[in-house]
Amino acid sequence: MTKQPLLRITNLKKHFPIRSGVLRRQVGAVQAVDGLTFDIYQGETLGLVGESGCGKSTTGRTLLRLLEPTAGSILFKGDDLSKMSKGGLRKIRRDMQMIFQDPYASLNPRMTVGEIVGEPLGIHNISRGVEREQRVDELLNMVGMNSYFAGRYPHEFSGGQRQRIGIARALATNPSFLVADEPVSALDVSIQAQVVNLLDDLKQELGLTYLFIAHDLSMVRYISDRVAVMYLGRMVELADRDTLFERPLHPYTQALLSAIPIPDPVREAQRQPIELKGEPPSPANPPSGCRFHPRCAYATQLCKDEDPVWREMGGKASASPHWVACHHAERFQ
Amino acid sequence: MTRLLEINNLVTRFYTPDGVVHAVNGISYSLDKGESLALVGESGSGKTVSALSLLGLVPPPGVVESGEVWLNSPQANGRNLLEMSEAELRQIRGKEIGMVFQDPMTALNPVRSVGSQLMEGLKLHLGLNGRSAHSRALELLELVGIPDPHKRLHDYPHQFSGGQRQRIIIAIALSCNPLLLIADEPTTALDVTIQAQIINLVKRLKADLGMAILWITHDLGVVAGLVDKVAVMYAGHIVETADVRNLYAQTGHPYTLGLLESLPLVDARERKRLVPIPGRPPNLLKEITHCPFAERCRYAVERCWQERPLLQPISPHHTAACWRSDDVHSGLRLTENSLAK
Repeated sequence: MTKQPLLRITNLKKHFPIRSGVLRRQVGAVQAVDGLTFDIYQGETLGLVGESGCGKSTTGRTLLRLLEPTAGSILFKGDDLSKMSKGGLRKIRRDMQMIFQDPYASLNPRMTVGEIVGEPLGIHNISRGVEREQRVDELLNMVGMNSYFAGRYPHEFSGGQRQRIGIARALATNPSFLVADEPVSALDVSIQAQVVNLLDDLKQELGLTYLFIAHDLSMVRYISDRVAVMYLGRMVELADRDTLFERPLHPYTQALLSAIPIPDPVREAQRQPIELKGEPPSPANPPSGCRFHPRCAYATQLCKDEDPVWREMGGKASASPHWVACHHAERFQ
Repeated sequence: MTRLLEINNLVTRFYTPDGVVHAVNGISYSLDKGESLALVGESGSGKTVSALSLLGLVPPPGVVESGEVWLNSPQANGRNLLEMSEAELRQIRGKEIGMVFQDPMTALNPVRSVGSQLMEGLKLHLGLNGRSAHSRALELLELVGIPDPHKRLHDYPHQFSGGQRQRIIIAIALSCNPLLLIADEPTTALDVTIQAQIINLVKRLKADLGMAILWITHDLGVVAGLVDKVAVMYAGHIVETADVRNLYAQTGHPYTLGLLESLPLVDARERKRLVPIPGRPPNLLKEITHCPFAERCRYAVERCWQERPLLQPISPHHTAACWRSDDVHSGLRLTENSLAK
């Protein structure tokens, strides 16, 4: 099985300048995303996990060039998005859309549901008039909502329904790639499952590719084909979901996974969490060498001095490559 | 075990311009000394309001309509908390009952140092002088794992991270050695590794200090490893109570079952499709006389629409408010067996 990369990201960086003083001179940079190299395959769901401030949302936004990358290239179907002109970007944005975290803030309260879902069709000159109305009806049905809701306003809907509206809007232009940034975190558990199942069904029906950003690792394991873990602006590990969850090679991934509570008292009693000391350092002043070394139980002098290379570890022939950035990954194999 | 807290038939309503919101509709539960209970439910189920009701902290237009809250403590002295004056309640809040609220970003006063906020309760409730309050505050910061406490005591809340702020709030709640700690979603705003640190801390403190804990949460994962027993709330009613093991192994209410089935398991290899609960919670502006879960329930029968079921024992230390709890019970055992194979 040869999978085609839909996106090929090479050495992607996004630094936010820190300015200070009367002249607003740059005195430093928050290295929110600092050198990511990975592929997103056609038709897969790539889960992106990490703790708050690790740069996962910045990554998602930079991929769509909602933020200007500081360095690196983003090849989408062969075109380099990072060098594309505004006009070119506008054309290609049809093909890549975003689903936002907060269903209360991401819908304009003064627009009807029909206007919200139909707006991208106007912006991209796809359809108008009756044709557009039909498409809106079709989209609402697709996300499991009745088309007579088109005349109503967002405040009349619950969080789960609003998230469905946001999904319908993202699908309006018939994209092939969707970035979903914590799409279910703001929803109650019983409603989360409704939305996750919907995303899953749409992926099958429409052949979509997702970048699914989340901090809920159970949900990520459930929905993803492959999972990438970020820490302080870097990717530390990327592998098939079962490989990553069962045989993680990076000490941070191991700690992160061990911290997840299991909703079953019997297994929960056996779980042995690896407790990480302290909290992640600031991305404005990351530690030398491996960024995880101050909190890592296995850290050596090498980890302090040298930045570990993002490398492919030989897995089984059948599995897709297991990427990791750790000097000592071999000892966990 | 000695009983510490007993709540009977608590009713809280909000008189809003849109009508009367029936937030808490006659709930009863109890807690022994040193025991921990989780109040589980989704947003709007009434779990937070019921905890605020105990302490006389329901914001207007909310009113505690009726009920009894008995606390076995020197200050309460055999009296119903709901009949106490504000001044009397103040002797209990922060002293005999410590509180931790959800959002560590807003629960601390941003313009006062954490030291002065820590010492406030010590001086007020325990009558400590400046010097002994100061040394106790250092002890407390040490207890909750803040490094270099004597350097950090004079720092302000913004100088701490979210996890550290939550630790400081826990330290304040613990400062007067309360008999009961009420924690309202204390880890919801935190990352999973920090959540693990806070949960370990609370478990350790419970074992060392022997206080009872009322833990309010929506997260059945956190609950599994943390508490002795669980009460599940839905639409202002308690619909199931059980020892923590029984709740997961022999679920008695379709809503609890629904919550468990909508959770993906992090250690599940096979990808079983999630089973969401259809629909959404009922509108609490109307008083519901039938089973509040009926319209979302796949077990619902005619009777569920006519009469509201009350909590009934279904096995020792296990009650459920469902006409068909026996069927729910056996239904789950089937799936468990098939999982084992």
